[in-house]
Amino acid sequence: MSLLELKGVSLSFAGSKVLQEVDFDVPAGAVVSLIGPNGAGKTSLFNCITGFYKPQRGSIKVDGVETMRMKPHQVTRLGIARTFQNVRLFREMSVLENVMSGMHCRTSAGVIEAILRLPAQRREEAAIHDYSVECLRFVGIEDGWHRDAGTLPYGWQRRVEIARALATQPKLLLLDEPAAGLTAGEKQDLIGLIGRIRDERGVAVLLIEHDTGLVMRISERISVLDHGVMIAEGTVKEIQTNPRVIEAYLGVEEGEAELAG
Amino acid sequence: MAALPQGATASAWGGLARLLDTPRKRGFAIAVVLTAMVVAPFMLGPYATVILTNALLYVVLALGLNIVVGYAGLLDLGFAAFFAVGAYTVGITTLHFGLNFWLALPLAIFFAIIAGVIIGTPTLRLRSDYLAIVTLGFGEIVRISARNLRETGGASGLIGIDSPWILGWHIETPLDFYFVFCVLAILAVLASARLVNSRLGRAWLYVRHDEDAAEAMGIDRVKVKLAAYIVGAIYGAIAGAFFAANLGAISPESFSFQQSVLILMAVILGGMGKIPGVVLGAFIVILAPELLRDVGDLRLLIFAVGLLLIMLFRPSGIWPAGGRK
Repeated sequence: MSLLELKGVSLSFAGSKVLQEVDFDVPAGAVVSLIGPNGAGKTSLFNCITGFYKPQRGSIKVDGVETMRMKPHQVTRLGIARTFQNVRLFREMSVLENVMSGMHCRTSAGVIEAILRLPAQRREEAAIHDYSVECLRFVGIEDGWHRDAGTLPYGWQRRVEIARALATQPKLLLLDEPAAGLTAGEKQDLIGLIGRIRDERGVAVLLIEHDTGLVMRISERISVLDHGVMIAEGTVKEIQTNPRVIEAYLGVEEGEAELAG
Repeated sequence: MAALPQGATASAWGGLARLLDTPRKRGFAIAVVLTAMVVAPFMLGPYATVILTNALLYVVLALGLNIVVGYAGLLDLGFAAFFAVGAYTVGITTLHFGLNFWLALPLAIFFAIIAGVIIGTPTLRLRSDYLAIVTLGFGEIVRISARNLRETGGASGLIGIDSPWILGWHIETPLDFYFVFCVLAILAVLASARLVNSRLGRAWLYVRHDEDAAEAMGIDRVKVKLAAYIVGAIYGAIAGAFFAANLGAISPESFSFQQSVLILMAVILGGMGKIPGVVLGAFIVILAPELLRDVGDLRLLIFAVGLLLIMLFRPSGIWPAGGRK
């Protein structure tokens, strides 16, 4: 059984079909990429998986649990974390506080515990702090934890967002264009980071990415979405030689990497 | 490295957290404030004591509303309703059922929680501006109910509410109540500070800043907002309970829309979400009209112009921001 299993997922907005009968799997501990031209429905698919959109038909299962009717926070609690295409940190809060938000669904202290500062609450706060710091260190942010997140350079903000997602202790991490706007050096770091997320934390990664060079280097499997239809699925080699993919996507620039569109 | 997260504390205290950055400075500041609180009534006389008591009442109310508006970012125009629930619960249960004040107080809190759930559950999915309208309506419903029910004494309200005893001390004179409200205000500040620097307090801030991102991080926004509503309601009810015991008489006009606006003004004026700012705001809305008493009829006009100027030049409140760099 796959960690994430989509079957026949269809989504439409006001009559226009965004996703049509999408079947899609992510095995536990794998790095899988979702590619396709702009407007293919990749982010919409992310929003379906994370509970932000409600598909009209189909089934989405996380570890065998149907999540189609769940709210986003319930899906997160089940072990799916995400980042956003256009970084959505809590900009006026500190870097550390941002990451601490991920621990909310793994902790429980309420009003009374907080007001009375009960020992259990203090231990929990310390645990939230320590785990968040660990996540920040994991993504390579060693200092500046008390700065407002909005003041960080863009590449750092992306990493804080990944740390924040990791703090939810996910089984699957969804990255929406994590390399967008990064420098070449930062992309290298990102490739290393994604590998470590899988190897050291055992977290599966599903990413949407336009940088096909990066996708080919890190993915075990690639799925290709075009006009809301899943047109291909396979290993890097299979995708590179798939005629439908070349026609729909890669062919646009003669099968070469770095397709910005 | 500090053992505890300081971000939320820093923003909750505005610039104060930076200014008072060592335990010694903090201890000194606390000593100054406490001394001022104890000495003030004896220096300023009985009239000022009553005014200060009123200001301290507003500190509690404004800190309660600050949790809803400042932390969770929900515009509430009917906060006086929770104030009324607290006051009337104490009034009715002590007068009609002969309950002791200290038994009536938990009941007041209980009914405030019920009121918070009743108003919160159907409305918290609404956008902020609709929420404002619904809470305004709720505030009016409570006031008009109080005006028309027999149990609440109608338009003339309830009179003869007993003042409470504690450990053989009859809390009776204005000076007694001044000190009671000092304690309440201190507790309100303490609870606010601890809350905002907790898991739930941070969740309020996350939801205020970006609901979708908060939801994606596993935070149930409806539940978290409802918690803010309930905690705010409890502040209001406690303030209301002691307000009733202090005056010995309550009437619907104490809980008008104007009252709600005044509390909201205290929150916004000093600086939403910043504890010293809210305290300052509460003192301003009570003391400013008093200080302007000499100018007679013009005082409301001057007060209004002052408010406008503050909002024009310091839209995020008088108190300086946290200033973390």
